[in-house]
Amino acid sequence: MPKITINGKEIEFEKGMTVLQACELANVEIPRFCYHEKLSIAGNCRMCLVEMEKSPKPIASCAMPAAEGMNIKTNTSLVEKARKGVMEFLLANHPLDCPVCDQGGECDLQDQSLYYGVDKSRFVENKRDVKEKYMGPLIKTQMTRCIHCTRCVRFATEIAGVPEIGAIGRGENMQITTYLEKSMESELSANVIDLCPVGALTSKPYAFEARPWELKKTESVDVMDAVGSNIRVDTYNWEVKRILPRLNNDINEEWISDKTRYSCDGLLKQRLDVPYIKKENKLQKSNWDEALDLLIKKIKEVQPNEIAGHIGDMINMENALGFKKLFNLIKSNNLEFREKKFYINSSEKINYIFNSSINGIEQSDFILLIGTNPRHEASMLNARIRKAFVQKKVPIFSIGDPGDLTYDYKIISDKTDEIKKIINNESELSNKILSAKNPIIIIGESVLELESGKYIFEEIKNFLIQNNKISQEWNPLNILIQNASTVGLLDLKIIPNQKENNFTFFNNLENKKFKLLYLLGSDNLDFKKDNEFVVYQGSHGDRGAEVADIVLPSATYTEQEGLYENLEGRVQECKKASYPIGEALEDWKIFNRIIKKMGLNDTTNFDQLRKEVLNSIPNFSELNELPKNAESKNSKIQSNFVSEKITIRELDYYYTNSISRSSKTMSECRQIRQKIKKDGTNN
Amino acid sequence: MSLKKVHEDQPKDFKFNSENLKKVEEIFKRYPEKNKKSAVMPLLYLAQRQNDNWIPLAAMKYIANYLSIPYISVYEVATFYTMYNLAPVGKYFIQVCTTTPCLIRGADKIVKLCKDKISPNENEISKQGSCSWMEVECLGACVSAPMVQINDDYYEDLDEKNTKDILESLIKDKPLKPGSYRGRKNTAPEKKLNTNGENHA
Repeated sequence: MPKITINGKEIEFEKGMTVLQACELANVEIPRFCYHEKLSIAGNCRMCLVEMEKSPKPIASCAMPAAEGMNIKTNTSLVEKARKGVMEFLLANHPLDCPVCDQGGECDLQDQSLYYGVDKSRFVENKRDVKEKYMGPLIKTQMTRCIHCTRCVRFATEIAGVPEIGAIGRGENMQITTYLEKSMESELSANVIDLCPVGALTSKPYAFEARPWELKKTESVDVMDAVGSNIRVDTYNWEVKRILPRLNNDINEEWISDKTRYSCDGLLKQRLDVPYIKKENKLQKSNWDEALDLLIKKIKEVQPNEIAGHIGDMINMENALGFKKLFNLIKSNNLEFREKKFYINSSEKINYIFNSSINGIEQSDFILLIGTNPRHEASMLNARIRKAFVQKKVPIFSIGDPGDLTYDYKIISDKTDEIKKIINNESELSNKILSAKNPIIIIGESVLELESGKYIFEEIKNFLIQNNKISQEWNPLNILIQNASTVGLLDLKIIPNQKENNFTFFNNLENKKFKLLYLLGSDNLDFKKDNEFVVYQGSHGDRGAEVADIVLPSATYTEQEGLYENLEGRVQECKKASYPIGEALEDWKIFNRIIKKMGLNDTTNFDQLRKEVLNSIPNFSELNELPKNAESKNSKIQSNFVSEKITIRELDYYYTNSISRSSKTMSECRQIRQKIKKDGTNN
Repeated sequence: MSLKKVHEDQPKDFKFNSENLKKVEEIFKRYPEKNKKSAVMPLLYLAQRQNDNWIPLAAMKYIANYLSIPYISVYEVATFYTMYNLAPVGKYFIQVCTTTPCLIRGADKIVKLCKDKISPNENEISKQGSCSWMEVECLGACVSAPMVQINDDYYEDLDEKNTKDILESLIKDKPLKPGSYRGRKNTAPEKKLNTNGENHA
């Protein structure tokens, strides 16, 4: 490896690194504004100047490639003077409004001016004043503070794939704006707030809410989709004030989707704080004793096999296991967690996870989407596909039309016949899959909902096994799960008797065989209520509570500990950042109360549940890591082919779960999105 | 020079006419296929020519679609360069050079005349006739300072009197001829042609 000398210390660096990266290797901190690891290099803030031997002038270390034998100094008076000069220019037009600026306390300019700022200004002219720009309901702008680092412009163009932000004008009059001040049409738009090194782009919903040093920070994971983005939950007292991304290069890199970030105001609205009981066709406030007595009475009135349970999209594994134990005690096994009738074969783990892993997308050389819109179903995963597309020009094909995915792809067909052709080696795609070194096939839930869903999944798997494409090193078979709870619950074997009939629960529900329906945080189950007695246990007064006869208030994902498995099968821990509201309890505590009331002493505690969960996850390696690879069993399953049209079920992106439906910010985003769809304009 | 603003009244549609479409073909030949987007500047110029010396938003969108680049990229270029007009200008568009050589030779007097005769502010269409004026940076004719550019023509070696005449002629829609107003041929010396160093100091 080549060597570079930094402040007299010789270190080795990898070829292709810049001087700034080499300095970081040597643990020398270089101040910067425009440089960002995940973005292209702009080199326009000049803050990262360092001294290079034999160069008469200081060099911009972010843009200078490191080379063998370079001698870099970062602590000389020349460097100090240069940086002070740059800082003076940056501050010449920067307003002195730190006391009213939301970035205060986490502002790069504020921090660095502590070291390189001058306490007086030599700038006697008027400061530049720039009008505020509209950038949608999430981003508050104060463009006078902008230092033109163009991080936001680069993010929008490179990562988000919506080139809508740009710098107009020139020189002193340069301004950052979206095209004609429209809102940004991206699911990742709010990441520009984190990227902005100053207070030019700040969070609109969080404006003037709190200062960063007042907040308690809890590292947790997101449950809005199945990607399991790593987040940091910031709380003030018990209120969740904001959610920020946490760096995890295996999952979400440094970004999170707007839904992850801004659903948090939904945690405070529409909350269920006490138990409710339906009396005279109206839900009325009650208390735990009354509600649970009624529930047990009802349980005793009906046969065990007439009781059914449905587990919602944001339930953690411990609570689901507690629920299963409760149902074992009731002697019912009518449990389900799918919201739609999509085919899943849970006999082995590779059948329901994203086997290639999110990181693996970057190594792929061929991507085929089958009936999925990753942009809405898993925004962060879509960003990774875009990264592969931009950096390696990976060819992307789709069966079914997902609409704008922020990258170019080719729609092959929208019929299931195409899949049959692929399997029979009659399609042009078969060859491409077989000749690719690391192909990726992503199967969406929409396609598994089809009548031929079983055929599609089993035959594709079979096709890959027969052609030796599934190996220890690479597995191209991927299922794109939409809900955070799904993979974990499949591992806990919640659905009984997999092989016989996949949709027993749904069939019995349609045939009105259930008399008591227990919804555990389940708001998206589509069913017509007749005479069923519905118990809803959840956090929000949403669709589930609407049809319920008893409502039991429980905690949200920020208010309890719990394990979630993301779509790759990575087990991650969600941490408690706040407390359940009012009389609400964690789900497992509610089950304990029910069990006690029933006069049994099979209560559990959280540690037991977690231990049991961890023991029952197949192929489990360790927390936050991918599951171990397992040999795939080659078992042929009979399935029928039906020629159908593949339509990708459109997701109401900002309204997918009870938390986002309660969020005011999400509603605003949704309204704008709908307006754009309706008349093609915005703002 | 403050940030250029787009005009409030925007035409709905813009399309290159057949003559310009041929020119576009010619322009595209100058760039490799993969760098087609580099044609954005000549195309903007063409659009400005076709649309009475200013570029409407519709034209920017049209060009963006034509080159398959985002709208904002065209918008950035159009706002960056001062010679693209984003609002209507007069039939006679007077650009007064006010960079140092012209200023020393009295460009400020020309500016004052423009304010009196045409409009008190830059980029305002005059009440009488159809003229507008603006201050610009060096137009590269320092040797015949002070000078103005009216549409495509340079009017050079001006003083207060003949500038007044020129402006009045524009208001009457009978423009005087361009060139030097001290009788010079191009930028040749004024009095006597000195060849090969004869009579040189």
